[in-house]
Amino acid sequence: MIPNAHLETAYHELSEEEKIAHRAELRDVVMKPLRHTGWLGKAWIGFLLVVFLIGCYAYYLQLKNGLKVTAMRDYASWGLYISNFIFFVAISLVGALISSVLRLTNFDWYRPITRIAEIIAVSAIIFAGLIIIVDMGRPDRVLNLFTHGRIQSPIVWDVIVVSTYLVTSLLFLYFPLLPGIALCRDYLTEKPKWQRWLYKVLALGWNGSHRQWQIMKKSIAIICVLIIPLAISIHTVTAWLFATTLRPGWDSTNFGPYFVAGAFQAGTACVIIAMFVFRKAYNLQKYLTEVHFNQMGKLLVFLCLIYAYFNLNEYLVPAYKMRGAEGKLLNDLFTGHYAPLYWSVQIFGMALPALLLLWKKARKPLPIAIIALFVVVAAWFKRYLIVTPIMLHPYTPIQDVPSNWAVYFPTWIEISIVSASLAGVLLIITIFSKLFPIISVWETLENEGIELEELDNPEKK
Amino acid sequence: MEKKHSEDTQRRKFLKFGLLAGGAALAGLGIQKKLYADSLPDSGVKVKLMTADGKLVEVDSAHMTHHIAESTISNAQARIGIEGKKLIMVIDLARCANARKCVEGCQKMHNKRAPVEWIKVKKMQDADDTAPYWMAQPCFHCDNPPCTKVCPVDATFKRQDGVVLIDNERCIGCRFCMAACPYNARTFNWGDKWGVAKDSAVSCSPSAMANTSIETSMQDKMGTVSKCDFCVDMVRESKLPDCVTNCPNGTLFFGDANEDIVTNGEETFRLSELIKDRAGYRYLEELGTEPRVYYLPAVERNFPFEDDKEKHNTTE
Repeated sequence: MIPNAHLETAYHELSEEEKIAHRAELRDVVMKPLRHTGWLGKAWIGFLLVVFLIGCYAYYLQLKNGLKVTAMRDYASWGLYISNFIFFVAISLVGALISSVLRLTNFDWYRPITRIAEIIAVSAIIFAGLIIIVDMGRPDRVLNLFTHGRIQSPIVWDVIVVSTYLVTSLLFLYFPLLPGIALCRDYLTEKPKWQRWLYKVLALGWNGSHRQWQIMKKSIAIICVLIIPLAISIHTVTAWLFATTLRPGWDSTNFGPYFVAGAFQAGTACVIIAMFVFRKAYNLQKYLTEVHFNQMGKLLVFLCLIYAYFNLNEYLVPAYKMRGAEGKLLNDLFTGHYAPLYWSVQIFGMALPALLLLWKKARKPLPIAIIALFVVVAAWFKRYLIVTPIMLHPYTPIQDVPSNWAVYFPTWIEISIVSASLAGVLLIITIFSKLFPIISVWETLENEGIELEELDNPEKK
Repeated sequence: MEKKHSEDTQRRKFLKFGLLAGGAALAGLGIQKKLYADSLPDSGVKVKLMTADGKLVEVDSAHMTHHIAESTISNAQARIGIEGKKLIMVIDLARCANARKCVEGCQKMHNKRAPVEWIKVKKMQDADDTAPYWMAQPCFHCDNPPCTKVCPVDATFKRQDGVVLIDNERCIGCRFCMAACPYNARTFNWGDKWGVAKDSAVSCSPSAMANTSIETSMQDKMGTVSKCDFCVDMVRESKLPDCVTNCPNGTLFFGDANEDIVTNGEETFRLSELIKDRAGYRYLEELGTEPRVYYLPAVERNFPFEDDKEKHNTTE
């Protein structure tokens, strides 16, 4: 437990004036990015918008001409879209890990980063849903899932759990945000009318009364428990999309936990990067401290080791047997066509990060952010390796097909659409952080031992 | 939906020819060729017709109304299947010489072109030092089908007569069935008119295309999955699938497991005896998919194995 990470003396030892000044300072720091956007921030948003719009145009072309504009064909019938889908579902799990598991296990240091984790979860799960529609040959028939849905199909399970998780994550983001929205409503009076209206509506009349705090905390406690099985099931069901088939490489009972372990690892790395960027861009050094990076570093080591354990099970056990078609696939991964990518991903995305982060120096903000970036990029390519090589190693030999059917390299359309989805996730996170405080003021202060009723009480401001 | 299917006026392969409406008044009197010859220019294409009193006459194509034959099979019926039958196929690997006529016949029948093949002929070799052989692979219409299990919208389904079909009006194009099929029997319509033969007469009127029932559909809707349908519409007319009749070597046998009989059009066997005597087996039996296609091993072959001299399907 690391209370008062940025206070030299304990909060309760401060004089009344100092207490007020301390609270005002935190408020001002958190509100600053909402008041002002620098040229760099504008350029960043502009860049993301351009990438997003290029992807929209690419999708228009795909809608017009059909999926033939992709590199997917009858053998590699799933490709970049599906691997990107698994990636998004994976990183969305971190919301549950950081905000819920750590909350329930009484770790308190996590509290300033809960909101970052939650908004990553929400935006990733939104784009997971969108990218799966992009992959559909007939997006115009998406409602068939409801009018003709078969509960026996893992896709229908996925639709159910992903939409439930989206709603639950939104609530999990929203409830703790209420005091923050109220703060915006009360302090950001210079904002345009629509924005003030937005704050007013979303704040739900929050006035910081004892009863409101009670209700909110109780709601959070309930969601906290609900979201853990949900998070585990979204990624387990995603794993089952593959594990319920007979394909060599997917036909594995290990797939569910293997996916969940990888998801926690990748998501935690995403949060570390986001922490680093927000800390720099929004000057949050006092609240996202080196202590947080240190703790997140330790967490990442732990998660890398768990993931490594599942990788051993997933690759080493079948590799010991080298059975038929699966043996061919493993040979191709270990020493063949996919070997450079496979070993880069395993070494730079799992083994080296776990090793390097054992040193305290590597857990300083900049080094750990760089290591986390490696983990995230490797995690993305790992999902590619989970989909494409398996599709191209079926039981029956691939014969009598055009040469481009026997290989898979995504077209510019697929790359643009996937880039647009990544840009879309970042865009949601960025715009959110420009509209609402990215650090939970009350959770940070409560962590320091402040009575919550003091926070929003106008007389005590 | 029901109304639409009762009005079904589509027939897939060959246009069936009916007489002109005015012919009703002349029924029993034979075709009065000259009656219309004055009013319409000849097309030059002659069509042979049998009159009601059994005479064979030739009529110019321009003087006839080309009715698209009616499909009376509703989608509900098409989902149940042909009553009392358990359709089955036996492929004798000892007879296959890689003539690829089954592929061509299938493509012609279903208005497909390369590289879309619902039946494939693959060069198989079980181990480095075993003999290679040619293996025709249609959809196996498995009794424990991995494809229909995963379909989220019941667009692909298993029928009582053993056949696995696809409703291309319902398929959402998720391609989960393609991922689930361990035999890669399924193909996808990646674009508009994907793999549709251009010169076909059956690319008939748009209204007829819109009225396809599941059994007779061309399966060429963009963004949906297609595959071998065991030619169930032919079976309804007691005809053999085109891959069977097109094979010059009598490699493929088709029949009904309930009647315990299979035929290639010339020879007919007891299914159970054929499988027993010739040590029939099913491809990748260990996967437990229970295919409805049996193979007879390539022993005492009719032809020596000859490698392919040319590559097939090199372009889209």
